Amino acid sequence: MREAKFRALLEAEEKVESTDWMPEEYRQTLIRQIAQHAHSEIIGMQPEGNWISRAPSLRRKAILIAKVQDEAGHGLYLYSAAETLGVNRDQLMELLHSGKQKYSSIFNYPTLSWADMGAIGWLVDGAAITNQVMLKRCSYGPYARAMVKICLEESFHQRQGYEIMLTLCNGSAEQKAMAQDSLDRWWWPSLMMFGPHDSESTHTEQSMEWKIKRVSNDELRQQFVDMTVPQADYLGLQIPDPDLAWNEERGHYDFGPIDWDEFWAVVKGHGPMNRDRIEHKRKAWDDGAWVRQAAAVSSAVAGSA
Amino acid sequence: MTYSVPQVAGEAESKVTGTETDGVWPLWEVFIRQKRGLAHVHAGSLHAPDADSALLAARDVYTRRVEGVSIWVVASTEIVASDPDEAPAFFEAIEKPYRHATHYDIPDEVGQM
Repeated sequence: MREAKFRALLEAEEKVESTDWMPEEYRQTLIRQIAQHAHSEIIGMQPEGNWISRAPSLRRKAILIAKVQDEAGHGLYLYSAAETLGVNRDQLMELLHSGKQKYSSIFNYPTLSWADMGAIGWLVDGAAITNQVMLKRCSYGPYARAMVKICLEESFHQRQGYEIMLTLCNGSAEQKAMAQDSLDRWWWPSLMMFGPHDSESTHTEQSMEWKIKRVSNDELRQQFVDMTVPQADYLGLQIPDPDLAWNEERGHYDFGPIDWDEFWAVVKGHGPMNRDRIEHKRKAWDDGAWVRQAAAVSSAVAGSA
Repeated sequence: MTYSVPQVAGEAESKVTGTETDGVWPLWEVFIRQKRGLAHVHAGSLHAPDADSALLAARDVYTRRVEGVSIWVVASTEIVASDPDEAPAFFEAIEKPYRHATHYDIPDEVGQM
């Protein structure tokens, strides 16, 4: 009866709300995915935070601060959405700090040059938008609603990134080389963001049936490649893939094999920055303890007055 | 970002449950009035130690792009909600189509009414 009602909601393309009955596995899948998504936004502040103090102009600095602030906001919208499923935020924080919950592996790569601020906005946020536009149609209401606001803001992220790339590509030979180097380093990790091939992805089938995920990993990756190649051409940059070619018959770009060994190594914690990211996160949490205590005391005093 | 991070050894296998609330700041629901003349609409929720802090946090979290001219924050525990499962019984008007203008046939010759 309850199960049938849940199925009927999915069938009718209606949203499932927190007050509806849902199968425990559906709830757990969402908790895991939304928490991972939130953690990704929060950890995602670090690679870009790294360049705030060295932004090349006041304008770029203000933009980068606004972007990093948005990532914090996105993390907060998502933790709120996760909490509607009956978990609390401190618990999720603890699971992140102890490594029991993951975040997107893309943030385990270092940001070595200013051009990386361009490449991240253009490619990483571009890949994120591809995924998140799909998630606006997710069957769980609070998650889908959070995506609407996030997608709106991500568009600014991608455009400011592409503008940085454009500026570098129209600059000196060194600046253009810096942009190319950045594309060379971020291209493959960006493709990996979509996750394993459909044939290898254990969660995909169930998630698609529940309408949490609406488009498969490989389809999303293809969408991203098709969208991005002409943008790279416009910049006059070379995508680091000798197999990349337009396939007239398929109406899509073909691209070379992804290094899945690298992907799994980073997921398992052996990327260049895995340890630093979590160490930094834990330290920020611990350093902020006095603020949380002071706020609690202050509100208790105000409350008793 | 992408959230299809595959499961690997060491990741929490067990179910995440628990509604331990000790030491967790209270939850507040945030409502934003987009512009004068419009109603406050629910935007999301956040944790804050008290109402004043909740208001400041709501401004920072939900209105970074002039999304509103007014914010309400309401302690989540103060919200009393109807039960969605009881909707058919609760909203009895579902059975009263004669309350809708479209229930009545007016000849075309009469014109717009």
